[in-house]
Amino acid sequence: MSARPIAVVGASAAGLAAAEALRRSGWHGPLTLIGDEDQLPYDRPPLSKQLLHGTWEPDRLLLRTRDQLDPLGLDLRLGTRATGLDAATRTLTLDGGVGVPPLEQGRERGRLECAGVIVATGVAARTLPGADGLAGVHTLRTLDDALALRAGLADPARRLVIVGNGVLGCEAAAVARELGHDVTLVGRDPVPMAGAVGTEVGELLAEEHRARGVRLVTGAVDGFTVAEDGAPARVGGVRLADGSLLPADVVLLAIGSTPAVDWLADPALDTSDGLRCDAYCAAAPGIYAAGDVARWDHPVHGRPVRFEHRMNATEQGMAAARNLLAELAAEGAHDPGDTPPERRPFAPVPYFWSDQYALKIQAYGLTAGADRVETTLLDRDERRTVALYGRGDSAVGVLAAGIPPRQIRALRAVVATPVPWDEARERVAAATAAS
Amino acid sequence: MKITLDADKCCAAGQCVLIAPEVFDQRDEDGVVVLLDAEPAADQHAAVREAAAICPAAVIEVHE
Ligand SMILES: Cc1cc2nc3c(=O)[nH]c(=O)nc-3n(C[C@H](O)[C@H](O)[C@H](O)COP(=O)(O)OP(=O)(O)OC[C@H]3O[C@@H](n4cnc5c(N)ncnc54)[C@H](O)[C@@H]3O)c2cc1C
Ligand code: SF4
Repeated sequence: MSARPIAVVGASAAGLAAAEALRRSGWHGPLTLIGDEDQLPYDRPPLSKQLLHGTWEPDRLLLRTRDQLDPLGLDLRLGTRATGLDAATRTLTLDGGVGVPPLEQGRERGRLECAGVIVATGVAARTLPGADGLAGVHTLRTLDDALALRAGLADPARRLVIVGNGVLGCEAAAVARELGHDVTLVGRDPVPMAGAVGTEVGELLAEEHRARGVRLVTGAVDGFTVAEDGAPARVGGVRLADGSLLPADVVLLAIGSTPAVDWLADPALDTSDGLRCDAYCAAAPGIYAAGDVARWDHPVHGRPVRFEHRMNATEQGMAAARNLLAELAAEGAHDPGDTPPERRPFAPVPYFWSDQYALKIQAYGLTAGADRVETTLLDRDERRTVALYGRGDSAVGVLAAGIPPRQIRALRAVVATPVPWDEARERVAAATAAS
Repeated sequence: MKITLDADKCCAAGQCVLIAPEVFDQRDEDGVVVLLDAEPAADQHAAVREAAAICPAAVIEVHE
């Protein structure tokens, strides 16, 4: 049995799932969980929903309490950044933070020689030039971000401009409207969420946002203006490329994210659009990745994919943990007990949901990047719809909005593996006949 | 084994039902999880642990 730890980098949904799965699957050796945020692992989806709304306080977001973490016997290092990984020797470089080991024999400060590493560092919010240091301009990725935005919306009837009309921007718009703010949603694409769900479903969502009083604007952001009466470094508006100006007290940038791979400089690793992995979630021998940061060969879809979905973070964390242990057992570095595990390709049915107003959107499979979409509108006023997404002759994704979630489970089977388009259409029609 | 739920947090993903359909179900109207069996028999334990681990909203707590 190795005295070296397995290190999981990134202490959020994927990292926590990996750490728990390592223990459940029989890793009794040292286990280090490294996260650069100060908080215990917490959940992100509620940040743009219940937390922003004020119905939940931060402690409600904890994925596990201290008491629930204790039995894992973690060497938990919060407020600690991983700054480098040497893949060949599986050595991490760590920067500051609580619990970085003191100089010990054979152990340099800030270096951690590992039996295996799971990279679960997620993504970071993108920002725009000129936004840095301008008070009132926010991103929404971390708990701190969400609390700052919530504080910015504490006063009634603020003018909020949301830049980016993807899933995150739409969710924040819905909450801000419910709180009574004056909301403008700006996107380069005129249809909200079009990239994720296609134009027809996007247009239905646009109707809902308009009906709730959100102003939808098409345009590219050119820069910001500062407030005239307030402090000089406070935002006063958003300037668009066509010269128009959207006055704002608060601005949210929801323009997507970049995989947190900047710390992975080892040329042995491919870090273009996430950490590139094989079908087993392995980026190199002993190095695995999971969650938003991982781009892997999905065995069913036959191309590299990367998902920023909550469900995938957990499932992939678990898969990466099991596969790493199987590899270590094969190397003789881990005693698997009675049944030596085998590495298994990671082939999930992707799933995501979004909540906007009372509308729940749920999707299975691949909805982005489809080359054909067929939308069945069940009820325009209630925004009830089902959409089927295809590539070539196969159906690969299905989405439902405004339909009882219990019924949607039946749709999962339709796209669990790519099915011929016509067959999928019939099965969707059968599954939603009762709606 | 005893199961408790923090159903307010449930996002209606339904993964628990896929994994352990004898222990979990969803409400018709909003998909929120329903516990069918708070003290399931031993043959369900592995599935329940898996469901608790996979739930994307940390709703399910298992007391062994
Ligand atoms: C506001 C919001 C709402 C969302 N809503 C939904 C939703 O409704 N449905 C859905 O399916 N998905 C949703 N998501 C997406 C979902 O939250 C993510 O898919 C999920 O959090 C990914 O988990 P992860 O562990 O891979 O990455 P993350 O949650 O990003 O965690 C990565 C962690 O690693 C840390 N880290 C980064 N670099 C380093 C380093 N070098 N050293 C140490 N630590 C590091 C980060 O600080 C972070 O804590 C939402 C996301 C956000 C932000
Ligand atoms: S898996 Fe979790 S979030 Fe999904 S229905 Fe079950 S309890 Fe609710």
